[in-house]
Amino acid sequence: MESILEVKDLHVSFSVRGGEVKAVRGVNFTVGKGETVAIVGESGSGKSVTAQTIMRLIPSPPSKIKQGQVIFNGEDLLSKTNKQMEAIRGKDIGMIFQDPMTSLNPTIKVGKQITEGLIKHQNLSFAEAKTRGVEMLKLVGIKNAEARFNQYPHEFSGGMRQRVMIAIALACRPSLLIADEPTTALDVTIQAQIINVMKDMQERFGTSIIMITHDLGVVAGMADRVIVMYAGEVVETGTSMEIFKNPQHPYTRGLLRSLPRIDQRKDEPLVPIIGTPPDLIKPPVGCPFAARCDHAMKVCERIDPDPTHLSDTHMSRCWLQHPMAQEVQSS
Amino acid sequence: MSVKNELIPQASAANLTPEDFRQIGVDEKQSEVIQRESLSAWRDSWERLRSNKLAMAGLIVMALVVIMAFIGPMISKFDYQTNDLMNTNKPPNSVHWFGTDDLGRDMFVRTWMGARISLVVGLAAALIDVMIGVIYGGIMGYFGGRVDEIMNKFAEILYSIPYLLVTILLLVVFEPSLGTIILALTITGWINMSWIVRGEIMQLKNREYVLASRSMGAGSGRLLFRHLLPNAMGPIIVTLTLSVPNAIFSEAFLSYLGLGVQEPVASLGSMISSSLSGWMLYPWRMLFPALLISLTMLAFNIFGDGLRDALDPKLKK
Amino acid sequence: MVRYITSKFLYMLVSLLILITATFFLMKAIPGNPFMSEKQVPPQIRERLMEQYGLDKPVIVQYGQYLKNIAQGDFGISMKMQNKEVTGLITDTFGASLKLGLVAIVVSLVVGVLLGLLAALYHRRLIDNVAMVLAVLGIAVPSFVVASMLQFVFAQKAGIFNVMGFNGPLDYVLPVAALAAQPIAFIARLTRSSMLEVLHADYIKTARAKGLNWMTILFRHVVRNGILPVITYLGPMTANIITGSVVIEQIFGIGGLGKVFVSSISNRDYTLIMGVTIFYGVILMLARFLTDIAYVFVDPRIKLTNRKEG
Repeated sequence: MESILEVKDLHVSFSVRGGEVKAVRGVNFTVGKGETVAIVGESGSGKSVTAQTIMRLIPSPPSKIKQGQVIFNGEDLLSKTNKQMEAIRGKDIGMIFQDPMTSLNPTIKVGKQITEGLIKHQNLSFAEAKTRGVEMLKLVGIKNAEARFNQYPHEFSGGMRQRVMIAIALACRPSLLIADEPTTALDVTIQAQIINVMKDMQERFGTSIIMITHDLGVVAGMADRVIVMYAGEVVETGTSMEIFKNPQHPYTRGLLRSLPRIDQRKDEPLVPIIGTPPDLIKPPVGCPFAARCDHAMKVCERIDPDPTHLSDTHMSRCWLQHPMAQEVQSS
Repeated sequence: MSVKNELIPQASAANLTPEDFRQIGVDEKQSEVIQRESLSAWRDSWERLRSNKLAMAGLIVMALVVIMAFIGPMISKFDYQTNDLMNTNKPPNSVHWFGTDDLGRDMFVRTWMGARISLVVGLAAALIDVMIGVIYGGIMGYFGGRVDEIMNKFAEILYSIPYLLVTILLLVVFEPSLGTIILALTITGWINMSWIVRGEIMQLKNREYVLASRSMGAGSGRLLFRHLLPNAMGPIIVTLTLSVPNAIFSEAFLSYLGLGVQEPVASLGSMISSSLSGWMLYPWRMLFPALLISLTMLAFNIFGDGLRDALDPKLKK
Repeated sequence: MVRYITSKFLYMLVSLLILITATFFLMKAIPGNPFMSEKQVPPQIRERLMEQYGLDKPVIVQYGQYLKNIAQGDFGISMKMQNKEVTGLITDTFGASLKLGLVAIVVSLVVGVLLGLLAALYHRRLIDNVAMVLAVLGIAVPSFVVASMLQFVFAQKAGIFNVMGFNGPLDYVLPVAALAAQPIAFIARLTRSSMLEVLHADYIKTARAKGLNWMTILFRHVVRNGILPVITYLGPMTANIITGSVVIEQIFGIGGLGKVFVSSISNRDYTLIMGVTIFYGVILMLARFLTDIAYVFVDPRIKLTNRKEG
């Protein structure tokens, strides 16, 4: 598949009072054309930072992109000037955020917020932009779009606002959409609607989607491929099928086990992952998950494992995949 | 994703031995998390306050001013009201450390006496504000509904009457004394406090622990005083700290109108206003009280801000 | 919307009525009723007072008469300045105070907002620190101290401005600076914290994600929203400037209403005190009312909450 985005060896740090938080530590992944890739992990795993770095939205200071490349359509976004980035944001890459209640400007009419980007990137007149904006509102499933166009955000419910956010992000038909926890702040019934709107839009425009979430339920319903992040590193990637049916990294397995399933027996307990992620001011030398891992081995605390490729699409960073581990375990 | 031909993790693969792949028990792990000692909310706030150097400086200045206002007049052999017409308007010297005023009274003693009066006015007005405000606001917040609506409307109407005008009227009618000044300053000063208390109580009263306590049959009084008010203490204290300098300021303004404390008693404000006529000739007569009042205001404001940040870290910018 | 404005207006009327009533009864409560038995009141004036206020009638009738007079803009005659109408004294002197006050308000807004905005944009940098030190000083130093210092340094020593008087545009500089110091400090702090909040708001991220350039974001999204809390300060600021002007006019020898007020208090010219108090009251309440209205127009969220309540 032709790739639209390639993140190579990305390192991002934040300076805080106690030192430097190494939030993203050598992340690699690609996103293909029209593909939906989910980045999964708990809070602090670096998934949001990665997403915002791609858009260059991350405030600097306190953050700093230490090294790496973000190749989008063959060009490195990290070497672009602010001016060049402005021409890409909203036009080629759209983004939606976690909390639809705060992501829209409360004092500006929804319509104007949609047309802003259109007017800037496509040189439309306001009238043309308005036609497009109303059309976008209809597409994301907002009824009575002409009237809604002239309303303020507080006149919309949370789910409706997230639809507006999608309309804003996709107004210029970007080839990539980054959705940063788009359903987390919504009710469960609304979540499904939003996912459906996104899927629908993807089919219509062929947009690639990067979906940041900690909700594996959302992932299962949407993603072609999954990237699991932990403590600023990618610990496992694979197709949705591979991740859900054959998870290899103990962290991924832990995530799946802590997820309730409909077919679960009543006496079968949910297993939480005990402990908290490591302090990324001083990340551990070995595997960052070792301290919480049921299968931790001596080597895990000493050396951070390299990726093991289990198939064309499936990769896991864990010492358990080392042949020697399998020997020792089985003996 | 391109496939690399390394199906084996390659990092220092050479030196690995089977021993490295022995599983380790949970207790063997080095990285047992040592939880930070959990501090009570108040301790936590105190720690935050203590690390705020500016706020601590404010606190120290406040303390110094209070101490000096108390002992300052005692360490001088002069008193604040005896005239010495042979020694009027003397600049600071070894006898009169801050100089003398137009009646030859010692400025050092008068300045600290003035500070004492200003502080008394400020603190007393602020404390009365708190008392009325807590009761009024507590009732509004606790009972809510119709009671709240009526009481709130009343407060709103009172609040929209410019308070300094009312204060001035009161003092024109009832001759200014320490007591009437304090009372006049509190006539509408409590409203703001009552709104703050009301807001806090309304937020708190639906919290689980209050509901739990109520479900166990705790009475209104107990709920209000044991559970609600102690938890609303933070904002109350902050408002208190910030309303002291306001009262001091208002008293200074009233002094300027001749409605402050009356001679021979002095407040910082009345000393400044009586120095205004000739202050270019005798700058020290304004300098010391002005410096002290500014310093006091500064200290209270800085400390109040620091306190707010410490008690409510969410608000900190 | 109409409902909201009407209710605010009614509130204002009630407050005003309370202030007027309080003024009336407080003056009645003065030992040795000023209308009746002050020795210094010349006989002709007493006669006119008697006539005007119906002082031989029951209190409630007097009160009604008093309200009626005020409604017609008649505050009676000064007790200490013979044959001077209180209304006339107010209208004669208010012009100067108004000019001074308006200039001070505009200066406070412009300088305060700019200072606060710069401080927020350069958060924790030099400009921020300098602005905040200035703001804290502005709040801590009483306006009459500021005024005296300015007068001393720039008029007395440097001789750039006149010490006293209020004739040319240059004569505005020092009084306005003294009057505006405290409001500038408040507005700067208010603007800074509100701008900081807006700068970190999610919708700014949304705006950036749209690819808008920074200046567009700054003016269309940041400043517009960050300035909202400043509007709520317009009411208190008017009060602050009026109180300030009472002192400042005296110091700079400006023949404004503030000066009249000060002398009416020291002379215990009760009718004049009453008149000026009510006049100030009307201005302040009007300022607060206009602030409330202004807020509805700039912040669309308010309409809904009130529609829901109503």
